[in-house]
Amino acid sequence: MQTSAVTGQAKVELRGVGLRYFGREGETEALKDISLKIAPGEFVAIIGQSGCGKSTLLSLISGILAPTEGGVMVDGVAVTGPTRKVGYMLQQDYLFEWRTILENAVLGAEIQGADMGGARERAVQLLTRYGLGQFLYHLPRQLSGGMRQRVALARTLCTEPDVVLLDEPFSALDSQTRIALADEVTEILRREGKTAILVTHDIGEAVSMAERVIVLSRRPGRVKSDHAIRFASADGSRPAPFAARNAPEFNGYFNGLWKELEVHVQG
Amino acid sequence: MSKVETSKVETAPAAGATPIPSPQYRDWLRQERRTRLTIRAAQLAILIVFVVLWEILPRAHLINPLFTSYPSAIWPTFVEMLKATPQQPGILTHTWATVLATVVGFTAAMALGVAIASALWWWDALYKVLDPYLVVANAMPKTAFVPIFYIWLGAALSVYGMSLAISLFITILMIYSGFQGIDPNKIKLAQTFGASKGQLLAKVVLPGSVPTLIAALKVNAGLSLVGVVVGEFQSANLGLGYLIVYGSQILKMNIVMTAITLLAIVSSLMYLAIAWLEAAVMRRR
Repeated sequence: MQTSAVTGQAKVELRGVGLRYFGREGETEALKDISLKIAPGEFVAIIGQSGCGKSTLLSLISGILAPTEGGVMVDGVAVTGPTRKVGYMLQQDYLFEWRTILENAVLGAEIQGADMGGARERAVQLLTRYGLGQFLYHLPRQLSGGMRQRVALARTLCTEPDVVLLDEPFSALDSQTRIALADEVTEILRREGKTAILVTHDIGEAVSMAERVIVLSRRPGRVKSDHAIRFASADGSRPAPFAARNAPEFNGYFNGLWKELEVHVQG
Repeated sequence: MSKVETSKVETAPAAGATPIPSPQYRDWLRQERRTRLTIRAAQLAILIVFVVLWEILPRAHLINPLFTSYPSAIWPTFVEMLKATPQQPGILTHTWATVLATVVGFTAAMALGVAIASALWWWDALYKVLDPYLVVANAMPKTAFVPIFYIWLGAALSVYGMSLAISLFITILMIYSGFQGIDPNKIKLAQTFGASKGQLLAKVVLPGSVPTLIAALKVNAGLSLVGVVVGEFQSANLGLGYLIVYGSQILKMNIVMTAITLLAIVSSLMYLAIAWLEAAVMRRR
């Protein structure tokens, strides 16, 4: 990771990416001419109004969708399908109700045909660290929403991706759990040096979690602006999301992005 | 005495409940129990009233006993028919023939149904092409094919054929619609890990469709029994369906009613077996 930072190679790069959906009624342009570079270890948030193609962008980076124009690269290699370097956390946990917590956490490793002994060990470690040690053999329905989303995080990290894509991963949770889990997840991803790309429509979430916020325009989504988020905290380190919400700079960033999103409630 | 005391003290805090049930809770439990018993009693009462009327009405000559026989005549008839005669195998052989054809029929319908529904899920174009034919095949009265099956397959096999034919199409349609009902996000999740189509089927679609499979089993077990009995009406010289036709032709209602009672028992046992299977599988969910 250090070396790639020196050579300046981006962890994730999009070059002139466009995506059009085809339907019988015509074609819909979802994304247009998107070029982005994301450095290793960077935590980037992508915000925009609903329907602007934010989630589509993640599907392109993860390789489950192919762009109609341009190309996506991870570590300088063109993405042609899902790779082990990229982990994807969806809007809800989508735990399989017929699998135990541990079996859910090793799903990715199982699909990728990884060494299952090692995967189980890693999953147990991750789950234990997230306070789910005594629930390994429980079923998903026995867990609360916040716990389930932690299992989903363990499932994503169990395959040891370098890049973690987060598609509004807290949107299904109540606001308290949401803020607490944002702290936990950010801390975990930073500590493990993951490159993270968070998609959200929640400006507060974006400003408090990420060090860079990219705003997408309305459909077709294009990069409208790109902001570095800096908090002048005492030791120069990045504050945790909850602390960031109370930092003096927070409101400035929040209001700036709010204006830029041109949110108009339509009658 | 003291042993009981200590074990109580140990378990009570772990369970997290009040050690002594409150009077209100005890009242609630008693109420619950009473409701449950009342339902059971009512169920039993219906059966008893039915059997008693069946016994009394013909004896009082309010119904012609030639048409209905009596419940009290069934057991003696059953015992008498246990023995095989030169013309007839024993009644248990008849029952076994019906049960076997039913089990083979619905097992084959389940296996083929899962295989064909999987193929339709795999190749969407195949489903789009076959959809109207499946719907029509399902709506066709399969019993219309009994004489044809008899000509095509012969006496023994036509029963199995009818048992399968009557339950296959509904099984395919039910299982396929179960596959369609799988949350697409679960499939997307597996795809983010790079799952192949076979892995999607094996790890998401099939295990996620277990409740549908059980619902399909419930439907086609009953239908297969119908298929077997109707098949036996026409073609067999064995089985409960055959006994019903035979008994009615020689106007021996005892035989007919005994065979029908056995069919009722077979259906009940199948129902219990499936309910047990469902409980065993659903405990995991």
